[in-house]
Amino acid sequence: MTMVQALNAGLRAAMGADPAVMILGEDVGRLGGVFRVTDGLQAEFGEDRVLDTPLSESGIVGTAIGLAMRGYRPVCEIQFDGFVFPAFNQLVSQLAKLRYRSAGALSLPVTVRIPFGGGIGAVEHHSESPEAYFAHTAGLRVVACSNPQDAYVMVQQSIAGDDPVIFLEPKRRYWEKAPVDRAAAADPLHAARVARAGTDVTVVAYGPMVRTCLDAAAVAEGEGMSLAVIDLRTLSPLDLQPVLDSVRSTGRLVVVHEAPSNCSLSAEIAAQVTEEAFFSLAAPVLRVTGYDIPYPPSRFEAAYLPDLDRILDAVDRSRAY
Amino acid sequence: MTVILPAPRGSLGTGTGLLWLRDMLRIRRFEETCAQLYSETKIRGFLHLYIGEEAVAVGTMEALTPDDSVVATYREHGQALLRGIPMKVILAEFYGRAEGCCRGRGGSMHLFDRTRRFFGGNGIVAAGLPVAVGLALAERMQSGGPGRFGDPGHVGDNVVACYFGDGAVAEGEFHESVNLAALWRLPVVFFCENNQYAMGTALARSHSQTNLAIKAASYEVPAWQVDGMDVEAVASAAARAVEAVRNGAGPHFLELLTYRFRAHSMYDPDRYRDKGEIERWRARDPISILADRLREAGALDDAGMRGIEDDVAAEIAAAVAFAEAGQPESVADLTRFVTSEGGQP
Repeated sequence: MTMVQALNAGLRAAMGADPAVMILGEDVGRLGGVFRVTDGLQAEFGEDRVLDTPLSESGIVGTAIGLAMRGYRPVCEIQFDGFVFPAFNQLVSQLAKLRYRSAGALSLPVTVRIPFGGGIGAVEHHSESPEAYFAHTAGLRVVACSNPQDAYVMVQQSIAGDDPVIFLEPKRRYWEKAPVDRAAAADPLHAARVARAGTDVTVVAYGPMVRTCLDAAAVAEGEGMSLAVIDLRTLSPLDLQPVLDSVRSTGRLVVVHEAPSNCSLSAEIAAQVTEEAFFSLAAPVLRVTGYDIPYPPSRFEAAYLPDLDRILDAVDRSRAY
Repeated sequence: MTVILPAPRGSLGTGTGLLWLRDMLRIRRFEETCAQLYSETKIRGFLHLYIGEEAVAVGTMEALTPDDSVVATYREHGQALLRGIPMKVILAEFYGRAEGCCRGRGGSMHLFDRTRRFFGGNGIVAAGLPVAVGLALAERMQSGGPGRFGDPGHVGDNVVACYFGDGAVAEGEFHESVNLAALWRLPVVFFCENNQYAMGTALARSHSQTNLAIKAASYEVPAWQVDGMDVEAVASAAARAVEAVRNGAGPHFLELLTYRFRAHSMYDPDRYRDKGEIERWRARDPISILADRLREAGALDDAGMRGIEDDVAAEIAAAVAFAEAGQPESVADLTRFVTSEGGQP
């Protein structure tokens, strides 16, 4: 099953399980979404529960807040990562803070799905990684799935939770297939996972870069190196326990993401790991990230995005330190 | 096209009129006390006074039932009082007390009472409008789903009263929200409290089209201008709009022409309005207009007025005593309610 199919199945299961679940967004109904994630859901659950909206991102999120105030569990689809910024006020000043502002009286179980990241030959606004803005905001939960199984499970967990969740979907992995076991025991939503055990260097990633790091680990194995790869899955709250456990054994950490490095998730992870495991580190925490520039034109995409060479180069630098 | 709706002649039921007078005086005197308490630093943060605009809240909220929802602005003390949040609980909120309606978290700009369907003031101009759309969509969902592009709406929906100022009409969220509400024929009444200034910037310096009702009308929303200093005119127009919305006619828009007599906030030196303009509006004080009519109708005399003032003063004194005796939330509790893990209040 592809990740798109897994997300579709997860949304269908959530809508079937709870009549309070609604989907709203641009082209989510008749078209089934630009990426077809909501394909067939309007036909199955009706135009009232799967609403096509105008191009009004702020209106979409604000409407979801009002729905949630009256007991619904809306799922908003933001069509592309860069389109989330028109909704920034509703997300950061309203959705994130209304529970706190009302001293717990208002509960806002709103899931905001955002296809994010590059790698599909698109341009800026269609290839961005905005996760740090949201992880920086208290009151929002932020998660990123990396494979179809997690996509299927995590989207349902996000919808079932009582807090707002920014749900990041790595669009370059939308069409990669993997088996999905609908009956498998689920990990908690806010738990990182060891995607590959290893002993020489710890590599941490989330979303689209997990696959890239696993590929790098396979290449490294051929060169006699053992990389541990940790899939963060949750960006806020962070679950760094598996990272710390691994670093205490390897002494070396490389953090990988597509987003620029300045004030990014990797900056936070480096700081926390340094605070918690300073005497275990044999080398500085190294980062492999997008550059601190706007997302470049598509023909430069390969140079911008972290790839096997850049990850393995960081691994070598860590080991040589 | 928009019209200014006049007050219907001879409609003033004296019983209702006295209640309106009392409600307006509750808001006026309460806020005058709050201003004093603010200058004594008993109240911190911001404080935006509604003084001068009381007829708008009193006249419009007359048309609402307890099952309707209210979304308001950061200048929402009047709506909160009229919605039935006890004055003492509101004042405790201003004091930052745990006895406040949001344990002191919300303060003057962010009063909430979910059980009274009072979904808040809002410190961000226009941010409440899309939330009102969502609340109205919830009403439609519960009564059979949103209308489909021109279908008649459902009869008997609860309505959502959405308050915002003239400044909000310049924001994109206003246009997104009115479009969505009209598109889905949602039961929202948009109450635009046009007090002529977006903080320090006059209407004509903010809007190319200063008749704001025309903007709403362009979304196929019935939109009227109303004399917001005349509580009878406001109540009459609001009753008509709310009834239409309740009967499935889709959203309505009232532009309530009003004026705040005080500065934007307690910090505002008010350098952008000339005294003559303020005096001209003060001459149309909504409380005086109503009181004069009640006197002419023989429904009010000096003793009656004194009785109302005394009752209001007693309520305010009790509220101040309650707020003074309240407890601040503990610093340790500041990490609660960030997420659902913080527990229930």
